[in-house]
Amino acid sequence: MTDRYTQFVDHGIGRDIAKRLGLPQPVALRRYQPGEPLAPGPVLIQGTGPGADALARELLGWNVDVRRHAEPKEKLGAVVLVLDDVAHPSELGRPVLAMGASLRDLAAGGRIVTISRTASSAESPAVAAARQGVEGMLRSLARELRAGATGNGLLLRDGVETTSPGVLAALRFFLSGRSAFVDGQFLTISTDDGGLPGNPDRPLDGRVAVVTGAARGIGAAIARVLRRDGAKLVLVDVPASGDHLAAMANEVHGTALQLDITSQDAGERIIRHAVERHGRLDIMVHNAGITRDKLLANMDGAKWDSVIAVNISAQLAINEVLLQSDHFRESPRIVSVASTSGIAGNRGQTNYSASKAGVMGMVRASAPQLQKIGGGINAVAPGFIETDMTARIPFATREMARRLNSLQQGGQPVDVAEAISFLASNAAAGINGEVLRVCGQNLVGA
Amino acid sequence: MPAAEQPESAANQVSGQSLAASVSERSLRKAVVVGGNRIPFARAGGAYAKSSNKDMLTAALDGLIARFGLQDERIGEVAAGAVLKHSRDFNLTREAVLGSALSPETPAYDLQQACATGMEAVLGLANKIKLGQIDSAIAGGVDTASDAPIAVSEGLREVLLDLNRARTVPERLRILARLRPKDLAPDAPTTGEPRTGLSMGEHQALTTAQWKITRGAQDELALDSHRNLAAAYDRGFFDDLMTPYRGLQRDANLRPDTSLEKLAALKPVFGKSLRAEATMTAGNSTPLTDGAATVLLASEEWAEARGLPKLATIVDGEAAAVDFVHGKDGLLMAPVFAVPRLLGRLGLTLDDIDFFEIHEAFAGTVLSTLAAWEDDKFGRTRLGLGGAFGKVDRSRLNVNGSSLAAGHPFAATGGRIVATLAKMLHDSGTVDGRPARGLVSVCAAGGQGVVAVLEAN
Repeated sequence: MTDRYTQFVDHGIGRDIAKRLGLPQPVALRRYQPGEPLAPGPVLIQGTGPGADALARELLGWNVDVRRHAEPKEKLGAVVLVLDDVAHPSELGRPVLAMGASLRDLAAGGRIVTISRTASSAESPAVAAARQGVEGMLRSLARELRAGATGNGLLLRDGVETTSPGVLAALRFFLSGRSAFVDGQFLTISTDDGGLPGNPDRPLDGRVAVVTGAARGIGAAIARVLRRDGAKLVLVDVPASGDHLAAMANEVHGTALQLDITSQDAGERIIRHAVERHGRLDIMVHNAGITRDKLLANMDGAKWDSVIAVNISAQLAINEVLLQSDHFRESPRIVSVASTSGIAGNRGQTNYSASKAGVMGMVRASAPQLQKIGGGINAVAPGFIETDMTARIPFATREMARRLNSLQQGGQPVDVAEAISFLASNAAAGINGEVLRVCGQNLVGA
Repeated sequence: MPAAEQPESAANQVSGQSLAASVSERSLRKAVVVGGNRIPFARAGGAYAKSSNKDMLTAALDGLIARFGLQDERIGEVAAGAVLKHSRDFNLTREAVLGSALSPETPAYDLQQACATGMEAVLGLANKIKLGQIDSAIAGGVDTASDAPIAVSEGLREVLLDLNRARTVPERLRILARLRPKDLAPDAPTTGEPRTGLSMGEHQALTTAQWKITRGAQDELALDSHRNLAAAYDRGFFDDLMTPYRGLQRDANLRPDTSLEKLAALKPVFGKSLRAEATMTAGNSTPLTDGAATVLLASEEWAEARGLPKLATIVDGEAAAVDFVHGKDGLLMAPVFAVPRLLGRLGLTLDDIDFFEIHEAFAGTVLSTLAAWEDDKFGRTRLGLGGAFGKVDRSRLNVNGSSLAAGHPFAATGGRIVATLAKMLHDSGTVDGRPARGLVSVCAAGGQGVVAVLEAN
């Protein structure tokens, strides 16, 4: 799973050498296995407000070993810092410093999760300053964590309770191994909508999902994770990838639909196939994407146009058909794959970055439309992920790209897939129009 | 997948349904084509040079399973075959099923009727569905001219068998002494007819000359085949009929840019010793090809229960054979007799057919067949009709290309044609207020032919 350098420095002499030379010391990340404990140790909930108390009671019901006060020398699986009621930046010091005192006891693969409110919804400058201050603190703290531990935050809009389904589901996601490569990120929970799954290991039971670009790479990983989480699958890819697509469909017990998503009737054919074969369509995962890298000075029309057509125009067209369809009405969820290239930019990728930034624009603008039909749309922006595509990057460049994040390694396709599966679930109904980065807190585009 | 999660259909359970009427009074039901899947056909020695029949048949099956979500499904029966077959592949189809994503509790059998293998598999299984013996079936065929079996000579084979039976060392030495250098030469398969020693091409050359089929007419038919097949690919017709294999995404034999001039420039390869002009070239004959094709058949209820399409109904089929050994008829002319018998039984004429799928073993085969049907004397003396059997509207013939362009992996051709025709019929729906109707005609070695009528569902 991990790259060779990570394996080398993970133990023994390799770890010694890396330590002495001050080289990066990536570790094998804690990744989700069904049935495993939520965190690698007790969960300390800090914060004194009623939001913290309510959350602590909720977590006790999950069979989690909850602590309200740190015990000296006890290893902690996670620290949840509830700051939903801060009103002035001067109030941050006490709880944040208290958390700081517990950091040395954080287990490998541990988690820091802050719960605060969105600064944009604050009325007073002092409240806004306090809320936004939490974001800055957490982003820096995430860079200080080691041994595969991560720090992320939940931003609640005013009115959203700390125990609303969206908050609990997102907290579960961040505490668990599902979020292994998500670091230094914030997720906004806008509403109290949604409900937690009866079985947290099968959150997509009874749901039918379509995944484009599913023949290999990240798409194949998405198919496997959605299947593991209980969904029935329609796997889409271009006819030229039909052999890999068929193998994936047979592996995850789905149906293969060989289809060019840029064809005019793609949306109708996807809906028809899902409804005829599986009786419904609940989740659309727009994963298919291509790269045609060139410096803009050398870019031709074909390279530009094909990337725009596949990566964003096709998504727009398919979504339009989905939104008009009577078959996409039962808490429908759309998740698009964007890219950190669309946030920070990437040399040689003007076309790709335009398309991926476009995906994020589309997601934000489509959110109200999805809201109207009781659904939601979000994007996941992967950073450096170990795939066949990134394996072709020249060694030195690849090594740089890999280490330039807080976890000092590339992510795995499954890390992207876990984020997508979470956002595709009904529990994430309160999350709409958001972009979640799966980048290990990349240095660029943070 | 853990055993507990297996769907019920995977188990060898007795179905809850029972037939109301007593067994002897069972009425027939429909057998429909749900869809098909094949791998692109490769020229012998090309992309599939290292693939076995089992590899290719399994790949074609797995693509079909993926398209229709048949993982772990217990299919009523799978029947397929290969013309060129290794003796170790005695249970080829069952082995392919075991290597596929189907339930291992799916029974399978091999069959072989030369180039009509695929057609016979379709008709036999459709009959079982019609009778209510099974609810679902997969018919298929596969052939490799690249990975063909090579036998040892008769002399070596006898020595090896005797050696196996020998008990003492002197006895063994005596047997080995019988070996002669010529016994070590391998015995490769040919397309020659055992009873005449003539290759299929030479046989067709006789027929082509007999019916005075011109070089120009044959080249035109070949050109149409390439153009029609290329156009079908371009409009995505094969997107749900095919799954790529080993890097091949289209039939390797397809030449979208071929022309009458290019075809006319080819040298004749068959019929060069005849008195008539030699007209058969590599361009208007099918090449040796590797490939596999499968067709999913079912009762209407089975397809409906799974939300699967019902493209076309298998209406009826007919086999015929001719006496080519004594020269009474051409080797590949059996369909000339099978079609009139079948249409006669159904009360139909050639004018009632909307799509003709006449397998292009050679352009000359198709044109000789059409010529015989248009011939007044032949109709009266050989078919026992009042005159000519009829004329095939050429605009309805092989409209999405056929074997000249796609290639012809012998046993796979029937499956290719049935799936293609079923989709065409479904797409056109009704003609003159009745279901669109198609005719399949496939000639085969040994002077045989199998034909069938399908209707849009």
